[in-house]
Amino acid sequence: MAKIHVTTTINGDPTEFLCDPADSMLDALRGPLGLTGAKEGCGTGDCGACSITVDGRLVCSCLMLAAEAEGHEIATIEGMAEGEKLHPLQQKFLELAALQCGICTPGVLVAAKSLLERNPDPSETEVRYWLAGNLCRCTGYDKIVRAVMETAAEMREAAR
Amino acid sequence: MNDQTNKWIGKRTIRPDGVDKVTGRACYAADNSMPGMIWAKVLRSPHPHAKIRGIDTSKAEALPGVKAVATAKDFVEFPIDTAVPLGIQDMRWMARNMLAHERALFHGHPVAAVAATTAEIAAEACKLIEVDYEVLPWAVEIDDAIAPDATPLFDHIQFEGKPSNIAGKLEHKKGDIEAGFAEADVIIERSFTTRPVHQGYIEPHACTVSVAADGKTTVWSSSQGQFMVRAMTAYLTGIPQSDIRAIPAEIGGGFGGKTIVYLEPVAAILSRKSGRPVKMVMTREEVMRATGPTSGAKMTVKIGAKKDGTIVAGQGTFYLQAGAFPGSPIRGAAGCSFTPYAIPNVLSTGYDVVCNRSKVAAYRAPGAPIGAYGVECVLDEVAQAIGMDPLEMRLKNIAHDGTKAVHGPVFQSIGFAQTIEAALKSDHYKTKLTGKFQGRGVANGWWFNAGGESSAQVNITEDGNVVVTTGHPDIGGSRASIANITAELLGIDYDRVSVLIGDTATIGFSNLTGGSRVLFASAMVVTESTEKVIEQLKQRAAKIWGIDASAVVWENGEARPSGEHTGNFPTMTLAELGAKANETGGPIGAGSQQNTTGAEGGFATHICDVEVDVDLGTVTILRYTCVQDVGKAIHPAYVEGQMQGGVAQGIGWALNEEYIYDKQGRVDNPSFLDYRMPVCSDLPMLDTIMVEVPNPKHPQGVRGVGEAPLVPGPAAVCNAVSNALGIRFHDLPLSPPRIVAAIDANMKQAAE
Repeated sequence: MAKIHVTTTINGDPTEFLCDPADSMLDALRGPLGLTGAKEGCGTGDCGACSITVDGRLVCSCLMLAAEAEGHEIATIEGMAEGEKLHPLQQKFLELAALQCGICTPGVLVAAKSLLERNPDPSETEVRYWLAGNLCRCTGYDKIVRAVMETAAEMREAAR
Repeated sequence: MNDQTNKWIGKRTIRPDGVDKVTGRACYAADNSMPGMIWAKVLRSPHPHAKIRGIDTSKAEALPGVKAVATAKDFVEFPIDTAVPLGIQDMRWMARNMLAHERALFHGHPVAAVAATTAEIAAEACKLIEVDYEVLPWAVEIDDAIAPDATPLFDHIQFEGKPSNIAGKLEHKKGDIEAGFAEADVIIERSFTTRPVHQGYIEPHACTVSVAADGKTTVWSSSQGQFMVRAMTAYLTGIPQSDIRAIPAEIGGGFGGKTIVYLEPVAAILSRKSGRPVKMVMTREEVMRATGPTSGAKMTVKIGAKKDGTIVAGQGTFYLQAGAFPGSPIRGAAGCSFTPYAIPNVLSTGYDVVCNRSKVAAYRAPGAPIGAYGVECVLDEVAQAIGMDPLEMRLKNIAHDGTKAVHGPVFQSIGFAQTIEAALKSDHYKTKLTGKFQGRGVANGWWFNAGGESSAQVNITEDGNVVVTTGHPDIGGSRASIANITAELLGIDYDRVSVLIGDTATIGFSNLTGGSRVLFASAMVVTESTEKVIEQLKQRAAKIWGIDASAVVWENGEARPSGEHTGNFPTMTLAELGAKANETGGPIGAGSQQNTTGAEGGFATHICDVEVDVDLGTVTILRYTCVQDVGKAIHPAYVEGQMQGGVAQGIGWALNEEYIYDKQGRVDNPSFLDYRMPVCSDLPMLDTIMVEVPNPKHPQGVRGVGEAPLVPGPAAVCNAVSNALGIRFHDLPLSPPRIVAAIDANMKQAAE
């Protein structure tokens, strides 16, 4: 089957790639684009390990066709830090030990960043429901929720 | 070690592998690829039980793009009636679990595998393989598998002289059980069931294997032990261990489920046949159908106590599903369940039942949460019957140093009393519940904890920093704890220590990441290695100063002359000694390899508050506290993390998780949507109380912490729900339909 040519933007960089019509965005990221930070935990949109944003909207990249990236802005975990400077969420996750095995971490961080962009002052309940699509089997979520809440507070303080 | 003087042990340092893991750079098994790599897929049995009369792979082999096809005949042949033990596993079962031989024993059982230029072609080729099955009657549940007319899964397995699906029995005995019950004022006997639950790691099994023309084999995979991968791959393929280099990828969760192989030997044979590196990645559906889970169980527990709360007798009979091959964790169920208590008369019996579902794999304190569920629920009823606080009654009966456990050993140094006392004193336990349909449950749990083989190498770099290599995959932050210990011993800054996980060619044999053993064992070999390095550093300084090495002390990261030489020479730092290494005798570094012993068991006490929505049957966890004797918390944040993670898994086991089978013997919920693990919005914050009773047999006082926190969970939640509703529950999970049905039945009974 003929490949589809896609022109898109990934983490701010203009990007072109070829894909099969049936390829998911996750397939394209992890395959030809070599961006393996997004993980495939289920392939059915249930675990959130493949979370990315498309034009700022949080999506499971396993549920999006690669061809749909045409003309859109994709952001992945690889674009979250600015060079050597970690995003405050990344830094806080390290400080609070909000990861154990780390396989869900890229997806959780992308989702949490997306939450804080919409709601800089989320309640614990809001954090828990926003992250309900990101499965973590290691942590029991306690330190993840704390890390997101603390980061939000620090980012609000920094923005004053 | 004295806390006041510790600079790094007990500190919440940033893990050495942390930045890689928050930036997406960390390389997990499925992230690896190689030039020339091809893809393999597995054909799985559509039947839960069938004889395999023949397999015709010719059409698959003829499909363009297919490079190799493998069936059981391509692997080492192990006769079905001869045990081939490797640790706690048996390679004749492992071989047959990897690819079916005489029979397909569960729906989803691998039957053949194909490697092709793309995963799609490999999957297409699988459909072209023709398997001649003779379909047999099947049984997935224990009662069906042990029924007199059940079809045995194995012709050679007998129980009490007859062909049977009971593949093994284990009995622990202490005292005189009949005499014990005769002394009791109160006797409670109940029967329970638990369902199989999956380990639920988010990373599916994956590997890439490359076999060169000379047979040299390289394996990249995520597992709980690269040496296990090497050994099992060697056993099953016949490739010598010395020709296999197993490289551990970062591992995306295991919880026991990655202590065996499913893919690596298959990929190795396909690579050898095709001459190409072969990559295999399971789908989530394959993970759910054909890996793990832990056993489902049925059990009867009987406990007798005196009016004053003294337990005089305990009896348990535990039937555990092994799945398709013998080897369920009856040792954990029968061995751990009564162990927290000093009961004079105990009879605990476990039965290993094979049935037509996927072979069970270890899951976090294998078997122990199952046994604890029955025992801790009955203990709750006993306390209720004699009118005692359930924790006080347990405290009255607990094991102490010197107590002989029912499975044999005598406890040497345990912090169980301190754990329960901390629970009793906790703000949580002192705070009364006031709401309607709210309830509190408590439960205790115990796990053996393991020692075993570990290796480490500690090297000083030319610029005076430190590289530590160990042989255990780091699942939950163990590298950070090893860095804490090394920095502490050397008296240097934590960030000067790098901690790496070696592959099978670069570090000595190290047993699995399992049994809550990694920090216990690796700290011992890292400590010994570091102490040797410190001796070398003292010798080097002595040589430079021209004095005897015994006159040099190592303090705060520096060599200092002592005794009559005090003050005669300026101190020398690690960096200075590292720079002079070659002129003083060559590279500085040391290794250690030990079969570690002295791992003391771990005790946990859980307090759980719930609220039940009696219309919907849903249970909300209001508050949860996990109290545990952790020995010494080298990195407290990751110890808390183990406790919280164990609690969350226990809640899932209690409330929602279960395998559901359809009428054709197939798993009906093989996805994260339908297999319902706890999500973020299901849980509250999970409180932890770390009780530190150092293990005297360990240089840092370490006690395993990873598994004990799962053990009490299902019982604590069940006791809380029972308390909230005034209805005792005996079957897990406490899913909404079950709770609503119990409430309805209770109301009907009350009305009559």
